[in-house]
Amino acid sequence: MNIVVCVKQVPDTSDPDTEVHIDSTGRGVDQSKFSFVINEADNYGVEEAILLKEKHGGEVVIVSIGPEAANQVIRMALAKGGDRAIRLEDEAFAFSDVYATAKILQSAIKDIEFDVVMTGCMASDDGYAATGQTLAQLLGVPHAAYVKSVEVIDEKTLKVGRELEGGLLEMSEIKMPCVLTIQTGINEPRYASFKGIREASKKEIKIMDLAATGLSSDEVGENGSLSVLKGYSMPEVGELAEILEGDASETSTKLATILKEKGLV
Amino acid sequence: MDFGLTEEQELFRKTVRDFAEAEIAPRAAELDEKGEFPYDIVSKMAELGLLGLPIPEEYGGCGADMVTYCIGIEEISRVSASLGITMAAHTSLGCMPIYLFGNEEQKRKWLVPLARGEMLGSFGLTEPEAGSDARATKTTAVLDGDEWVINGTKVFITNSGTRISGVVTITAVTGENEKGKEISNIIIPHGTPGLEIAPPYRKMGWRYSDTRELSFVDCRVPKENLLGERGGGLRAFLRVLDCGRIGVAALSVGLAQACLEESVKYAKERVQFGEPIGKKQGVSFKCADMYMEVELARLATYKAAWVADQGRRYTREASIAKLFASETAMRAASAAVQIHGGYGYIEDYPVCRYFRDAKILEIGEGTSEIQRLVLTRHLGL
Ligand SMILES: Cc1cc2nc3c(=O)[nH]c(=O)nc-3n(C[C@H](O)[C@H](O)[C@H](O)COP(=O)(O)OP(=O)(O)OC[C@H]3O[C@@H](n4cnc5c(N)ncnc54)[C@H](O)[C@@H]3O)c2cc1C
Repeated sequence: MNIVVCVKQVPDTSDPDTEVHIDSTGRGVDQSKFSFVINEADNYGVEEAILLKEKHGGEVVIVSIGPEAANQVIRMALAKGGDRAIRLEDEAFAFSDVYATAKILQSAIKDIEFDVVMTGCMASDDGYAATGQTLAQLLGVPHAAYVKSVEVIDEKTLKVGRELEGGLLEMSEIKMPCVLTIQTGINEPRYASFKGIREASKKEIKIMDLAATGLSSDEVGENGSLSVLKGYSMPEVGELAEILEGDASETSTKLATILKEKGLV
Repeated sequence: MDFGLTEEQELFRKTVRDFAEAEIAPRAAELDEKGEFPYDIVSKMAELGLLGLPIPEEYGGCGADMVTYCIGIEEISRVSASLGITMAAHTSLGCMPIYLFGNEEQKRKWLVPLARGEMLGSFGLTEPEAGSDARATKTTAVLDGDEWVINGTKVFITNSGTRISGVVTITAVTGENEKGKEISNIIIPHGTPGLEIAPPYRKMGWRYSDTRELSFVDCRVPKENLLGERGGGLRAFLRVLDCGRIGVAALSVGLAQACLEESVKYAKERVQFGEPIGKKQGVSFKCADMYMEVELARLATYKAAWVADQGRRYTREASIAKLFASETAMRAASAAVQIHGGYGYIEDYPVCRYFRDAKILEIGEGTSEIQRLVLTRHLGL
């Protein structure tokens, strides 16, 4: 079973020092103080792919669009059990929307004999939540989104559980090759062992630029996009904050009531 | 000259940090309060390779360099000094003597399961009357036919009383030679009749690491359990301590780093006199000093590890690193509590625990005074 996992390097939003500032162009965010991690849902994708490989054999290929610094995220996926990787980097890729991004990924994946392509269900930075679906369309294969369980039925069929509202699991069968967008919590991602890290340094990360993808500069970046990023704005500071008064037990009761009423817990 | 880490070392740091933050940090306060040895975490550490880093792969370890070993201890100790010492004592004191001085059979029998993390190892040097003066060992081992018969007491032995403790290497007097006492190292497997393990000490810090007193009462082990040359015990443990000191230095760096991070965080949050206390130089300069000292302690530690990786003797470097890093950790912990004011004295804040964890760093594996003694010898004084 050959599996391609698409991974993205994103700013570490769990890092309390990650303050978001719009840069001088207005179309970007100042990333100089960010630390970067693998997108959370992608991490579950990597684990799911490795678990399937351990059970059914085959190869796991990691694919990422990103700068050289993204190698860290890629190497970590290789250290956990990925076999090889492709990193796509070119200045022309900047400002690609979902569609252009999917085209770039497709250019690298189309030559791989894959059974399954996995992506995270959503990226924590831009939140498009559509890359996997668009990629499936371009590859001409079926897809399932928000996948929370995967089971191999036979050589051609997977049974997947999709997480719906309220945790309801929708079970369906899907023919391979296919694309799955993976939901967090589907498994328990492992940590790379030292030996895995050592082996990862010997594994190949193939670099592909625009020329290598076979795409033209009109097909990627802003030119190749269906939607164009115009700019960012910070939220207005609202005045709707409610300050709870009283001692700890009173305020905690009030807080619990509010959270319950709003359906947040 | 290159101060950069390799990509492998960077990745390893990231993995261990992620592991420590997700698997250890949320439980650190509770484990500390209960003083319970966390078998589940230790077994996960074994899976990551953390219990045999510098031991070659052919003996069950990872074949990592000493710098990588330091990074591992540092990152674990950044959230848990107790697990930092569990890992460091197991590796430097449990595995290393057998790796450095064991014959092939001993390595196969003991080192392989130790380095894989299937059992924990310990080293018994300290005795009630032989602390800093380790040569004053009173424990005796007398050859009786094909067996050593051991009698004596060892105190403060880390990792010696857990369910997975498998072996302790001890120093014992095996006779007299022209220089006086003949001291040798002997391997004692757990479960040997006559090896008695006392309940754990009630410690100030490192509360969920395992430290015990061991007594040997006509404890018999086969003649083959002699480790290294008969009479070579003193030279051997000095080399073992070099590695142990690098471990304690790395542990100190991790703990000091944690003190720094908590201090900066708190200095930004806590408002007094209308602004965050970090705006006051009385507080921010403490953080700046901590920042500088942690960096220097780290440099000294990696330098010692690097010299070891070059295959040279590193007694001097290990001693400098241990002395400076442990005193840095103690100063950092003290400053961290000071910056937290009254809250630093309360267990709800981790710096309270860091303070209790720091003191032993200036004592174990050679006190600060003993490190200074080592350095004066290097100066010819
Ligand atoms: C939690 C913990 C874990 C430990 N783990 C281990 C272990 O795994 N294995 C092991 O063998 N030991 C272990 N030890 C023992 C530790 O290494 C000793 O406690 C340490 O070496 C000091 O010995 P001592 O306690 O007998 O102090 P002493 O040697 O009695 O020292 C008392 C004081 O006198 C000072 N002093 C002594 N001699 C001199 C001198 N010549 N010049 C100036 N000052 C001097 C010392 O610096 C110290 O301040 C552990 C201890 C603790 C607390």
